[in-house]
Amino acid sequence: MMEKFKEWYEKRHEYAQEWKNRTGGKVVGYFCTYVPEEILYAAGMLPVRILGSHEPQDVTEPHIFGMYCPFCRDCLAQGLKGRYDYLDGIMIAQSCLHIRQTFTSWKLHIPIDFSYYLPMPNNVQSKRALPYLTGELRVLKEALEKWTGKAISDEDLNRGIEIMNKSRRLTRELYELRKQPNPALTGLEAMYAVVASQMVDKKDYNETLQGILEKLPQRPEEKDSKIRLMILGSEDDDTEFLQMVESLGAIFVVDDHCTGSRYFWNEVTPNQNPLEAIASRYVERVPCPSKDWPQRTRMEHIKKLAQDWEVQGAIVIQQKFCDPHELDIPATIESLKQIGIPAQFLEFDVTVPIGQFKTRVEAFLEMLREEDLY
Amino acid sequence: MGAKYKTEPLKCWDKAKEIRLNYYKNFAAAHEKGGLRWAGGAWSFDAIPAGLGNDVYPLTGEPYAAAVAFNKDFALKCHEAVEKAGYARDLCSYMRNYWGSILLNKYVFGGEFPKPDFIWQDHICCSHAKWYQVARDLEGKDIPMYCIDVSVGPYEELTDNKLDYVVGQMHDGIEWLEAVTGRKYDDEKLIRAVHDHCRSESIWAEVCALNKAVPAPLDEKTMYSLYVHGTLNKSSQIVADFYEELLDEVRDRVKRGIAAVANERCRVMSDTQPPWAFLNVFRYLEKYGCVSVGSLYTFGLIGMWDIKEDGSWGPRKTPQEEGIEIKDRDKALRVLASWELNKPEWQHFYSPQLKSEMMIRIAKEWKLDGVLLHYNRGCEGLSLGIAENRLALKEAGFPVMSFEGNMGDEREFDEAQTMTRIDAFMESLDFEKDIVGA
Repeated sequence: MMEKFKEWYEKRHEYAQEWKNRTGGKVVGYFCTYVPEEILYAAGMLPVRILGSHEPQDVTEPHIFGMYCPFCRDCLAQGLKGRYDYLDGIMIAQSCLHIRQTFTSWKLHIPIDFSYYLPMPNNVQSKRALPYLTGELRVLKEALEKWTGKAISDEDLNRGIEIMNKSRRLTRELYELRKQPNPALTGLEAMYAVVASQMVDKKDYNETLQGILEKLPQRPEEKDSKIRLMILGSEDDDTEFLQMVESLGAIFVVDDHCTGSRYFWNEVTPNQNPLEAIASRYVERVPCPSKDWPQRTRMEHIKKLAQDWEVQGAIVIQQKFCDPHELDIPATIESLKQIGIPAQFLEFDVTVPIGQFKTRVEAFLEMLREEDLY
Repeated sequence: MGAKYKTEPLKCWDKAKEIRLNYYKNFAAAHEKGGLRWAGGAWSFDAIPAGLGNDVYPLTGEPYAAAVAFNKDFALKCHEAVEKAGYARDLCSYMRNYWGSILLNKYVFGGEFPKPDFIWQDHICCSHAKWYQVARDLEGKDIPMYCIDVSVGPYEELTDNKLDYVVGQMHDGIEWLEAVTGRKYDDEKLIRAVHDHCRSESIWAEVCALNKAVPAPLDEKTMYSLYVHGTLNKSSQIVADFYEELLDEVRDRVKRGIAAVANERCRVMSDTQPPWAFLNVFRYLEKYGCVSVGSLYTFGLIGMWDIKEDGSWGPRKTPQEEGIEIKDRDKALRVLASWELNKPEWQHFYSPQLKSEMMIRIAKEWKLDGVLLHYNRGCEGLSLGIAENRLALKEAGFPVMSFEGNMGDEREFDEAQTMTRIDAFMESLDFEKDIVGA
């Protein structure tokens, strides 16, 4: 039932090329979920998130020093290997320094028609962030208009907002189903859905998801109850890891990843000024740790997710060298501990040592099962 | 081989040491005199808290942590304490030295670690705001924290909207300072501090520009002990006046042909912070008659530059020299923000090309034979784009030697391997070691 998402994820390049042939539109690769896709949709473009391929590679060493996260290097490798040759443009919204290097090296070495750096504010807790970002979105809109030679009206922006909001609402509905005692979908399926939504036309995604949401309640329930887990941390589309964990009698019921709930959690609240409405959404969204200061607002959100989805244990993952998440991990583990949720920390690389991780996860699950007994 | 040039120690050396030591002592003793302590980064707008009074003392984290790094045994204890508390060992090593001091409750200059009354930080890389967020967790969450986001892109793309964002946060910061300290803010003190800030940074650039001379009057190892004042408290009159004195002395050295390295015959620059526990690298270079004349780091972290009429790099004129009158708070903050956003070391956060262009300029104008790039595992901010800089420098025709290390964590620096690399690099440039007594 959910195979379409897996197919889109695995055939992301074929999809985008087919979309381009079919519509004649421009495809823009983006590097961070702070990129306001609403405006790209308003301009009639297809935004696709650039992700890695989880294969060992040797092409980025001359460009990015090996102390930066494997994810940013994996993404650049895709560009250097020519896998995104169909892109018309690339875009980043300011977030961490790691992925910024992917953008700058891409711009330097891979010919591209359009590139854009959106200086998304980091101090989202300041009252100055909203007017600033609103102004910067106006500059972005003008840059896109200049590139395409086509004006973007308020009506276009509202259409972009509605496409994105619908996708967010539907994906929230999908996540709501995961609250059930025996969820109708696995964590792996949920991951495929969200990452696919970052790569395909949201109109296609929305239509497919709508159909699935109608059918999912009829899906036969699993008889055995499973250990309910949460997964959270850095960028994560490591499907192999999720599959392995869910083969051990556990199920991921919720997450806090930018490839998961953080991507779609908040909607845009439309108002008279669509750019301001969009800016407001990105300033107020569940933050990436790189923007979660001086207060750590994300911790309360994580605790609420864990409680609302009745989580029994958490897997806290971190891409090796991911500074923003490394800076939050002790606080995250402590926050979960405060509400009685044990956490297992794992450091991820482009490829993960499945055998070793299996042993550690098995031990963690065994501990959680013991807690159930006593 | 005999000495090629005359050399002599700097006359202002003792004063430089005294100012630095007083700075750390004043911070620790601030409460004894009824004063206040604030902690934040070396990139913080330190002219702003100056408006709270003359008895408000800063402790900037990076130079403090570099001082910890210099003390290898203490640094190791700091790292172990931080790792035990659950923090990753690949995080910024300055940050870990600082947190370690909190966890061990030891001030590297003696006594217990002095807690700040408030935190005044700015956010330039992924770690800057988070550094003090964690420090607050470790010291007690009651320490008020304010942080200004300066990530508005390169100076050449600065717009009113971007400047307003930074200046707006500064205005809010002053209100916040009044609220958390209970003190009335003095705009006159702010204006004086902004002038001194610009004076310090312009003069430091002029000092560095004098190093274009052959022989170079200063070597980079010495410059580390001089630029540091700008990272401690650039907006103070003490630092600005000291830099004036230093400038006079360096001018005099150039006039008299006094060299930093008596056998200078090879000139290089480095990049990023050095491995502080291994500054002997620079002394080792001298065996080849090689002087490191500085780096974008030593020139551009504190120095403020401009392109002069002849197209070369020289010190940026201060607002006073430009005839800009600062009469009120808003003007002071606008001048300060605009001045700081032009800092060379801020530009590279947005594009390795901008940094490469500045490095190539230095390589040409300072007449360099090669470049040593420190791939610094301790700082994600300044190592950003370093691999692209290497490619650009090579393409521009400058030989490059890269070496890995860590500015603050000696466990990630291989001294013997680095020296061997230097040997190979010098040989490739056709320089031979001086044989003492030959």
